Amino acid sequence: MDWNALTLSIELAAWTMAVLLPVGIALGRLLAWRQFAWKPLAEGILALPLVLPPTVLGFYLLVGLGAASPVGQWYQSAFGRPLVFSFEGLLVASVVFNLPFAIQPMQRAFESIPRDVRDAAACCGLTPWQALVRIELPLAWPGILSGMVMTFAHTLGEFGVVLMVGGSIPGETRTVAIAIYDSVQSFDNAAAGVMSAVLLGLSLVAMALVYATSARRTRGRG
Amino acid sequence: MADRAATGLEVRLSQAGPIALQVEMDCAAGEVLALVGPSGSGKSTVLRCIAGVIRARSGRIAAGGEAWFDSDAGVSLPPRHRSAGFVFQNYALFPHMSAQANVEAAMGHVAPGERAARARALLDRVNLKGLESRRPAELSGGQQQRVAVARALARDPRVLLLDEPFSAVDRSTRQILYRELAILRRDLAMPVVLVTHDLDEAAMLADRMCILHRGRTLQAAAPHELMLRPASSLVARLVDVKNIFRGRVLGHDESAGTTLLEGLGQRLEALFDGRFAAGTEVQWAIPGSHVILHRRDRPSRGERENPVRGVIADFLPLGENASVVIRVDGPGEHLRVTFPLHVARRNGLEAGAEVVVSLLRDGIHLMKD
Repeated sequence: MDWNALTLSIELAAWTMAVLLPVGIALGRLLAWRQFAWKPLAEGILALPLVLPPTVLGFYLLVGLGAASPVGQWYQSAFGRPLVFSFEGLLVASVVFNLPFAIQPMQRAFESIPRDVRDAAACCGLTPWQALVRIELPLAWPGILSGMVMTFAHTLGEFGVVLMVGGSIPGETRTVAIAIYDSVQSFDNAAAGVMSAVLLGLSLVAMALVYATSARRTRGRG
Repeated sequence: MADRAATGLEVRLSQAGPIALQVEMDCAAGEVLALVGPSGSGKSTVLRCIAGVIRARSGRIAAGGEAWFDSDAGVSLPPRHRSAGFVFQNYALFPHMSAQANVEAAMGHVAPGERAARARALLDRVNLKGLESRRPAELSGGQQQRVAVARALARDPRVLLLDEPFSAVDRSTRQILYRELAILRRDLAMPVVLVTHDLDEAAMLADRMCILHRGRTLQAAAPHELMLRPASSLVARLVDVKNIFRGRVLGHDESAGTTLLEGLGQRLEALFDGRFAAGTEVQWAIPGSHVILHRRDRPSRGERENPVRGVIADFLPLGENASVVIRVDGPGEHLRVTFPLHVARRNGLEAGAEVVVSLLRDGIHLMKD
């Protein structure tokens, strides 16, 4: 059992959640309430990670973040080391491939807040910030929680993109999903079995949590 | 009028789209103005423009002399800076908050220590004492409406806006809420704008009615005045005046206070109306309340006024009343009248029966063709 890999996976998931929480709320809210001409295109781009093969996404991230890319060159000059095959590079990739998992539940949650309720907040004299904190977030929280849990579970489970962008550097980019693959490759089925069971358990708890919050939401409306 | 502008609400809006608006209306402090029109006429849009949640292309909205919106001056205050209490059609209560918290949410201007007591007092005023801690889902429709009214008043608004506040409750609850609003409004010093598509509701609760049609305000007057003296046949139709006919002005007898009219194939006397010269083609209307049945048992006052003969084409008892359609002899036009059922029965009214009615002179109202 590679505890190091599990810790790394959880760390990666936590950072991804930390980045995607504000990003998801901002983008989810924007997509839920604003109408603009290129909205379908924006939604399509954000949903791409759902349908693209992880290798394709991984390839473009590798090219886009690599030493030859503007982003990679900027990172190299700023921090003195390459972005790809590092934890930070992995985090960027993780944020990108989790965008739809975080944003879509949040967008649905904000969409479910009636326009009149938002208008009522403004007519009660609340500032936009007060309306967000006191009305919108409490009403949207089940969706926000779902988005976060999905992000967490999906980060633990992602394999292809991580392998393409991060490789398998122990303690830096070797996540638990990669460690399982490496174990099987080296005929260590016992270690692979334990790690798979841990992932299975975590994912099951996470999905049950998603369904529990959505059930609660449905009941609350009834 | 200066007084009115200083304390009342003044609304002028115009835009070509997305919803066409051509609105001119005023509401004095303490007055209830009903904004009435068929669905889709733009009533709610006007109310939302006043509250500031949507913005018209051009115009001016001022409350108590302060401009909330003035397209010429580039003024458009956000809703939170317009002191308007808004009761939404489906109340739009905050579902995660108790009734008390809903009301307190609108008390940003009150010192935090005083909010709870004031919210309780407001809920008490709308007869919700004891239900302060309930959430909207745990309240009936009528109770939710009361919370919405309390929340709208919690802002100490300069204007109270009610958007179809009775449409989401059943009939018996509605009757109770009508009474409560009528009592509540006695103490309200601000202008109140009530949006409704229900003419009876407007006539019952409002001091004045403003008729809105396809985004355009057509006429504003006291309900009784509006039903009796609509400015046009369109207004007459919108306020549900059933008897609208074409006619021609024959002449005036100013000394007798009458205008002579050719209508329903005969000569009719109407109240003097100098706006129309002899020979002018006009439309004229008469409300059912001014059509008097000639009784068989004993003649009564008013029978000599514009007697009209006809045959009952349709007789339909509706509860305590009978809806009667009379086909007038000669031109074959139809007069629609409602009589109390017992009166109709006593006079032997039934389909096919011959009948004579009088059109009271005071009720005949001339309009531009």
